[in-house]
Amino acid sequence: MSRASEDTNRRMLRARDAMDRSYAQPLDVPALARIAHVSQAHFTRTFRATFGETPHRYLQRRRVERAMFLLRETDRSVTDICFEVGFASPGTFSRTFRDIVGRSPREYRKGAKEAQEVRGTTAVAVPTCFTMAWTRPYACPVTDPR
Amino acid sequence: MFTAITHSQIYVLDQDEALDFYVGKLGLEVNADVDLGFMRWLTVHVPGHPERQILLEKPGPPAMSEETAEQVRALLTKGAMGGHLIFSTEDCRKTYETLRGKGVEFTEEPTERPYGIDCGLRDPFGNNIRFTQPSA
Repeated sequence: MSRASEDTNRRMLRARDAMDRSYAQPLDVPALARIAHVSQAHFTRTFRATFGETPHRYLQRRRVERAMFLLRETDRSVTDICFEVGFASPGTFSRTFRDIVGRSPREYRKGAKEAQEVRGTTAVAVPTCFTMAWTRPYACPVTDPR
Repeated sequence: MFTAITHSQIYVLDQDEALDFYVGKLGLEVNADVDLGFMRWLTVHVPGHPERQILLEKPGPPAMSEETAEQVRALLTKGAMGGHLIFSTEDCRKTYETLRGKGVEFTEEPTERPYGIDCGLRDPFGNNIRFTQPSA
């Protein structure tokens, strides 16, 4: 691997960090491509080559991670949470959530709350970067249709 | 048994650039910068805490093969190397503004957490860094 590909990795990471920050905004490939200093045409392909999934799929997993948190930790409605994390419609949200998590948002909430009752609350202060990385649902990249 | 952590290590791609970032921008101090012949031993510490050093190590032969070093560099620049450092600060927002003024690349703005106020940034190579203003 050359310094050039390391530089590309680093620029793609910068774009991915930007997606982490503004996950509730629509996917803005032109803006991300500018951050990564690549053409729009190259951005999606290079992102996928770097991280093993498309920017679209990464953003979906980031949003679903936030939705899972809100379903677990709040009593807000599923519809509220859907819009809060950046999905444009409850239908898309439910479909994407089920695709990634394997259960509907309501089923997930019920299961998570039951598990919390069994486990009890933990008082460990875990830095957010670890929580974010480890609670992001994993979806096998080969199933990514885009 | 153990009484302290004295050394931690993270990988960097370029030690001069690391020095510029960790000392010039983040305000750490050089603990040791010595050419040992077989490696450049470069450590830094938080001002006032020389007892806890961070080794800024460049991956490469003979410590590891060039092929392995390439893999380390790839993971590092993808943010997957796991080189996390978490500092504490008396004033997270003020430190954030100071570092932002120096061109530091932030991943997260200061945010209230159950454990305090913290934010996240990356070093020039992809390592993840946080600093926290602990809850009183």
